[in-house]
Amino acid sequence: MNLFVLLKTVPDTVEELTVAADNKSLDAEWLRFKLSDADEHAVEQALLLKERAGGKLTVVALDAPELDDSLFTVLAKGADRVVKLAGDLGNLQSFSAAALFAAFLKGEADPPPADTLILLRSQAMDDLEGEIGPVLADCLGLPYVGVVTGVQPDGGTVTVTKEFAGGLRGEFALPTPAVLGIQSAEKPPRYVPIAKVRAAMKSAALETVDVTPPEAGARFPIEKMYKPEAAGRAEMLEGSPEEVADRLVELLAQQSLI
Amino acid sequence: MSKGILILAEHLKGELSDITFEMLGAGRTLADALGAPLHVALVGRGSAGLASRLGAADKVFVVDKPELELPPAATMAAVLGSLIEKQQESLVLVGWTNLAMGVGSVLSARSGLPLVNFARALRVEDGAVVVTSQLFGGKIFSDVRLADGRGIVSVSSGAFPADAGRSEKAPAVEAVDVAVEAPKITFKKYVEPAAGDVDITKQTTLVAVGRGIQTQDNISMAEELAEALGGAVCGSRPVIDQGWLPLTRQVGKSGMSVKPRLYLALGISGAPEHVEGMQGSQMIVAVNTDAKAPIFDVAQYGVCADALEILPVLTEKIKARHG
Repeated sequence: MNLFVLLKTVPDTVEELTVAADNKSLDAEWLRFKLSDADEHAVEQALLLKERAGGKLTVVALDAPELDDSLFTVLAKGADRVVKLAGDLGNLQSFSAAALFAAFLKGEADPPPADTLILLRSQAMDDLEGEIGPVLADCLGLPYVGVVTGVQPDGGTVTVTKEFAGGLRGEFALPTPAVLGIQSAEKPPRYVPIAKVRAAMKSAALETVDVTPPEAGARFPIEKMYKPEAAGRAEMLEGSPEEVADRLVELLAQQSLI
Repeated sequence: MSKGILILAEHLKGELSDITFEMLGAGRTLADALGAPLHVALVGRGSAGLASRLGAADKVFVVDKPELELPPAATMAAVLGSLIEKQQESLVLVGWTNLAMGVGSVLSARSGLPLVNFARALRVEDGAVVVTSQLFGGKIFSDVRLADGRGIVSVSSGAFPADAGRSEKAPAVEAVDVAVEAPKITFKKYVEPAAGDVDITKQTTLVAVGRGIQTQDNISMAEELAEALGGAVCGSRPVIDQGWLPLTRQVGKSGMSVKPRLYLALGISGAPEHVEGMQGSQMIVAVNTDAKAPIFDVAQYGVCADALEILPVLTEKIKARHG
């Protein structure tokens, strides 16, 4: 199969997020970036497909600070080729990201070979102005299904499992080439030992392609960015685990929960 | 008079979803403030029969065609695009749900109308609609102003009361024939959740574990506590994705919505996708190492600590109390 995975990092929310002085964006100085969970799952699903059906896996990532370690990890896991799209990307919004990915993919082959599957995150916490996948698919004139948790290719079609709600899922069939928004891979993302990552750093190279983001930028002005107000916050219980547990037992008893 | 507001009704297996009524309630308020008509697009095979329940709207446009069985986002966007043009709608509300995912994005890309995702609040200011969204796992809010009230808003589940959108009134209904290309994507079948496991929606007490539980081995500690409390263990997405708990135990957007008497959230940050499935719980107690975790905004009681330190102590004390 001709497999692509497209990656865009998100701010690591384990770190404290600070709003910049303009009150309209995050303060870049304190941001750390990481692959989103859905990106990790898209990579895993592509690796599983490659293991099952053979083929070539190309990973394309929008450049970001501290990205290279993640990309060498992807190589160590079994990607054949990793390409960074680099340039003045700044605070790139979804539609611009879709345009950059689409331009790269068209440059590879237009139209793509019939056995092409393009996988990317179904959704992410920074998709304020929309998801990348459906817009990318529209640019490429390819079918798209999102919130995918299972992928079964079969000749010129692929059957996917999509999540709805309440544990209910649905199966859809679509012709390839196709774009799939991955929510979860069929297995948890694999672990790769650091020694293998180091070996990949020595033996493989990341390709870099210079790109110019489209002018459009954000399609609406953000008036204000702020942290949620503290109102309505929980009553915090303090003390040693012993003290906290005593207090919790007391509260549960008051509510006749124990 | 302002141009119209169009809501994409959401329905699955012949039932209207709560988000439809939540958007209708929010849409009604906006429509009244803007002096605009409130319309609903009811799209899909066999959907026409649901129109009578959408009386909070001024008019329901029905597009009921055999080829529109769970139509893909691009097809749905084409139908909405055609309705917007015909009916001169200026604001479109869609659900921020798995079912409608992508519809707003494609519609925005094609129509040039801006899309704002993750909306939790909407207000009218000088003819503009201001949308408040929750970003970055619920840690940041943003306000976006849609000038002249023009745009597409993707509304989070549970952000507005559904009751405000229910009405006994009979709406005006118009069947619309929209020419759309037959989708390349075909719906095959539903996959029901596996039966046989504990039904977490029926438990009065749930011990919920998130990333903070750290390893699969630690799940047994949560199970011990759940047993002492007479409840069951459930989890947030990362725990299910790791395969540490079965899909039937997932709480949140894709998983179950639960309303137990007690929801004990251990090592769960409280991302909006999770909160959506548990915010109706009667009493929420959260334990998390991050004092700023959004879970503390929905919990009544919070403990800023490592859940793994609290767990065994709490279990022992509850067991001791039971004797």
